[in-house]
Amino acid sequence: MGSYLKGFKITFGKLFKGTESGRMVTVPYVKDSGPKRHKPERLHGRHVLNRYEDGMEKCIGCELCAGVCPARCIYVRGADNPPDEPVSPGERFGFIYEINYLRCIHCDLCVEACPTEAITESKLFEFSFTNRQDAIYTKAELVVDDDGLPQQLPWEDWSDLDKVAAQSSAWVRATAPSGNARYEGVVAWSGELGFGVKPPEVGQSEPEAEPTAPLEGNADAPEPSSGHD
Amino acid sequence: MFALDPLFSGTFDGAVFLIVLAKVVIAFALLLVSVLFMIWFERKLHADMSNRLGPNRAGPFGILQTLADGIKFFFKEDLLPDRADKRIFILAPFLSLVPAFLVFSVIPLGGVFTAEKQGIVTVFGRETYVQLADPPIGVLLILACSSIAVYGVMLAGWSSGSKYPLLGSVRATAQMVSYEAALGLSVIAVVMLAGSLSTHDMVMVQAGEGFGGILPRWNLIATGVVPFVIFVIAGTAELNRPPFDLVEAEQELVGGFHTEYSSIRFALFFLAEFMNTVTMSAIIVTLFLGGPAGPTFFGPALMWGPIWFASKLFLFLFMFVWLRATLPRFRYDQLMDLGWKVLIPISLGWMLLLASLNVAGDAGWNTFVVAGAAVLIGLVAYLMLAGAIATSARRREQAELEGSIR
Repeated sequence: MGSYLKGFKITFGKLFKGTESGRMVTVPYVKDSGPKRHKPERLHGRHVLNRYEDGMEKCIGCELCAGVCPARCIYVRGADNPPDEPVSPGERFGFIYEINYLRCIHCDLCVEACPTEAITESKLFEFSFTNRQDAIYTKAELVVDDDGLPQQLPWEDWSDLDKVAAQSSAWVRATAPSGNARYEGVVAWSGELGFGVKPPEVGQSEPEAEPTAPLEGNADAPEPSSGHD
Repeated sequence: MFALDPLFSGTFDGAVFLIVLAKVVIAFALLLVSVLFMIWFERKLHADMSNRLGPNRAGPFGILQTLADGIKFFFKEDLLPDRADKRIFILAPFLSLVPAFLVFSVIPLGGVFTAEKQGIVTVFGRETYVQLADPPIGVLLILACSSIAVYGVMLAGWSSGSKYPLLGSVRATAQMVSYEAALGLSVIAVVMLAGSLSTHDMVMVQAGEGFGGILPRWNLIATGVVPFVIFVIAGTAELNRPPFDLVEAEQELVGGFHTEYSSIRFALFFLAEFMNTVTMSAIIVTLFLGGPAGPTFFGPALMWGPIWFASKLFLFLFMFVWLRATLPRFRYDQLMDLGWKVLIPISLGWMLLLASLNVAGDAGWNTFVVAGAAVLIGLVAYLMLAGAIATSARRREQAELEGSIR
């Protein structure tokens, strides 16, 4: 009986917020006031379609992202580049690109599948649309603007864009500690409009295993890509 | 028209009609507002008790959260399962909602319960109680309504045409039948003391100078606490609230009986559930804690009735949330054991004890001899019951053992 009543004492004690047992473990959602809280670098938000430094689109319309998508939320159609005014540096480009955010589960598999780092996920998660048509993002909304920054739609809250814009490219995935350790400190991604080639991140591995210089002698080391030529 | 008269006496005219209408509207609005408050209070307090924040977006301290949820439910798509028994499926939410409303109509909400005033207030020159209706069978009405509410739960599960709701409704039926008995038996103790089934008389009996001048003259003390404890436990089970929420055990039955319900139909179940919580607290307050009766200090005496009622009510609302935040759910066999082997025997025994003391008091017998004899008989009965339970458990084990060998 005593132990039975002990439980009641514990839950009642949590009402006193000044004490250790009443300490809050959740924090209020800051939207209207105060600076935004730090977002993890590998947070999966809404997608962006990246462009090369010269403004060309990275997407080549290969449809690998649509094929790998477990939620079947991506619709892509490729088309031949117009010879006189190419959209992308390759032979083909993404003619139609649509993501339905009512279906997307933000698993990031499309980002993994993309051979040209065209589609990546940004840090934006505050985009609650109010009708089904708004949920379908087309190429016009997904492609980054002329400064290389994600476009802001009326219902999206990008108020910390200055902090998170730099973290929206393939750079984030390539330096993931879960990935190949040899990539650390190595530039393994192409340049981007507005940002150029982003420098590699350091300090992901354990301190003793941390390489100080690019592994030049390794045959498997990825070639630093300089984009398209 | 007779029933419209506030005190069941005299003639019916416009003033009487207006009074009754006003009382209906006030009782209805009061219950709805208290449910809005209760849902918010439960979420907030439960959050506090588990180190969370709880609703905090809609309005100050998230107090408009319930309203926002209600509006959302109204505009959601209303799904009718293909295999559902359509008419009963639609009827079921109302079957649990209407009794929840009805019970509140017999709860005394205020009034001055002194010997000369008798809880009567005068409006438009007419005398009335501060309660919607005072039928001579008030307590029976409460028990009847809580039994009818079971049909809502049962039929909802049965008509859904789906297995989890069906399991939920089977549990509901068994649970209600088991705990209804204990509930009724513990109410009998109170009824014997008051000598009436009217809720107004209940409060009248408990008003005034208490035991030894310090303790209030509440039935809680007069019936010796045991019926109160049993009533609270059985009442919690009757409400399907944790730790007795097997009917909608999320981990086992998805949503239990309301799995197939969506939109406003689901909201009606939800509303009924919280309404029942409020009314059950009000019933406990009325039967055991003297309802709106209490001392008056300053200002108009009429003001203190609702204040006492509300503060006592709040105590029990807090208790229900506290129970939910603390206790894990019962297992099904534990639930049945508690109901049939503990609560019903104790409440039955206690009722017989009180009855014998009552008879002894009337006949002028020696109270101590009667009490002693009653305790002795109770002890013998307890030993017989314990023996019976132990024997049956042993036989069942034996049978299972033989079954496994074969």
